[in-house]
Amino acid sequence: MTSTLDVAKIRADFPILNRRVHDKPLVFLDSAASSQKPAVVIDAMDHYYRTSHANVHRGVHTLSEEATALYEGARRRIGKFINARSSREVIFTRNATESINLVAFTWGRANLRSGDEILLTESEHHSNIVPWQMLAKEVGAIVRYIPVDAQGYLDTSALDSMLTVKTKIVGIASMSNVLGTIMPIEEVTQRAHGVGALVLIDGAQGVPHLPTDVQAIGCDFLAFSGHKMCGPTGIGVLWGRRELLEAMPPFLGGGDMIRTVTYEGAEWNELPWKFEAGTPAIAESIGLGVAVDYLSALGMPAVRAHEREIIAYALDRLAEVPGLTLIGPDDPDRRGGVATFTLDDIHPHDLAAILDGEGIAIRAGHHCAMPLHRKLGLMASSRASFYIYSLPEEVDRLIEGLYKAKSIFKR
Amino acid sequence: MEDLYRDQIIDHYQNPRNHGTLEHPDISYEEDNPVCGDHIRIDLKVDNGIVTDARFAGHGCSISQASASMLTEDIIGKSLEVVRQIGKEHVLEMLGIPLGPVRMKCALLALKVLKAGAYGLQGWPGDEEEE
Repeated sequence: MTSTLDVAKIRADFPILNRRVHDKPLVFLDSAASSQKPAVVIDAMDHYYRTSHANVHRGVHTLSEEATALYEGARRRIGKFINARSSREVIFTRNATESINLVAFTWGRANLRSGDEILLTESEHHSNIVPWQMLAKEVGAIVRYIPVDAQGYLDTSALDSMLTVKTKIVGIASMSNVLGTIMPIEEVTQRAHGVGALVLIDGAQGVPHLPTDVQAIGCDFLAFSGHKMCGPTGIGVLWGRRELLEAMPPFLGGGDMIRTVTYEGAEWNELPWKFEAGTPAIAESIGLGVAVDYLSALGMPAVRAHEREIIAYALDRLAEVPGLTLIGPDDPDRRGGVATFTLDDIHPHDLAAILDGEGIAIRAGHHCAMPLHRKLGLMASSRASFYIYSLPEEVDRLIEGLYKAKSIFKR
Repeated sequence: MEDLYRDQIIDHYQNPRNHGTLEHPDISYEEDNPVCGDHIRIDLKVDNGIVTDARFAGHGCSISQASASMLTEDIIGKSLEVVRQIGKEHVLEMLGIPLGPVRMKCALLALKVLKAGAYGLQGWPGDEEEE
C-alpha cells in the first residue's frame, strides 16, 4: 500500500507510539476518542511554561506580552486552518461540547421560542443532542431528528420535508463518530438556509480528519476539540459568523469578557473575548496552534487521502473475519477512518479487554451515541479508528487479535 | 489475558445458569452499570428466610453475566441473612481472575443488584464496596 503521507516519519514525531502495552508494541486504534500528540506540541507547551508564562491581556510586562502574543497567534493560525474570515470569529472553549453548549445557551435562549424546532440527525453524538434537549425543555422548543439509514447516510428527502419555517437551527456532525459517515454538510447548509435556519456543524470528528473551510461550507457555527487533532485536552473552538457572535449575549461572566464594570452593571468586551471569561487555557491554546501547523504542513487533503486508504484496507480485511459484522458505509469515499463492528456473541468490552492484552487499543461501548445504537438494534459496538500515524500493519495486528478473541470464545 | 478469560467464565457466559425471570418473585431488583451499559435483574423466591429459587436476566460482558450466573447458583438454599453478608471477595474468588478497576464494576454488578434486593433498598448503600 502506498501512502500519501510518510507515516514512518510521522510516527517518529509521536513519542507515545514507542510504548509497549502488556509487553507488546502499542497499536493505538482509538484516535477518534482522542489522538496522540507529536513532540512539537508537547514541547511548545513545555517551552511556554518554562520561558514565557504569565496571564494574558493583563500586564504590560514582557512575559504577559509574550504570552498574549503566543495566545493570539494561535488563534490566528487556527482561524486560517478553517478559513475563517477573521480570527475574531474564533472563540476558545474547553472542547466541542462546550462550544455547542455556548451556542445553545446564548444564541438559543435569545432566539428560540415555544414551538420553534431544532433539527438534528439520528447519528449525532450526545454532545450535539443533550444541550439542545436542555434548551428545548427550557424554552418549549421541539427537537427533531433527520433519519439516517443503517450505513449512516442521511435521508435527504426527509430533510426537505422536516425543514420548515419553524426550523431555527440545524445541528449536524460533519463526520459520525460511530459510523464514520461523512455528511453532506454543504448541501444541508444550503437547504437549511433556504428556510432561514442557521446551521451548526459539530466538527469534533470532521475537523481533525477532513479539509474544513467554513466559508465554502457556508455554515453559521463550527465546533471542534483540540485533543482529537494532535492538540492537548482542555482546549476547543467555537467558530461563528461575526454578525451572529456580535448579536449573541455572553456565555460566562467574569474577567476579560468585559469592557467596563460598575457596581450596577457591565459592558461586554468585543469579540472574541466577550465569550472568554476568566484566565483561558493559554498553554493549551498554544499547543493547539502548533498542532494546526503540524497538520497544515502535512496537508489536510493528504491526511484525508491517507485515511481513505487505511479505512479501505481495514474494511477489506475486517470483511474476511467470519462472524464479524461491519456497521457504517461500505464506500471508503464516504467514510472517515472509523471501523465499527460486532464480532460473534463476544461483548465489545470483552473484545477490547482481549485486544488490550495484545497491546491494541480500541473503543468499546456506545461511543456517546446511545440513541443511534438503539436505532441500529445494538447495545454496544467495537470501534477501531485511525489517524495520520496508523499503518496497514496495525490493521493486520487487529485482525490477529480478533482471531485470538474468537479462539478464546471458541467460535 | 487467558487468565482473564478462564474456561469457567466463558462457560457461564455462553451457558448461563438460572437464566430468565420468575413469575411471582418475592424479591426482584435490577440495575445498570451506566459506564458500559451492562444490565442485570435478579429475581428471588424466598421461603421462611431461605432462597429457594433464583433467576437472572440482562445483558453485558462475559464478566458481568458470568458473575450473575455464578451468584445465582451459589445462593440457592442459603438464608437471606447469609446472602446479605456476601462480600465482594466471595464473588472475586468465584470468578478467580485478577481484575482492574473498570472490570471490577462489571464483576460486582450482580452482587450489587442481589444485595439491594436482599436488603429491600432502592439503592444499596455499599457503593464503596465496588472500589
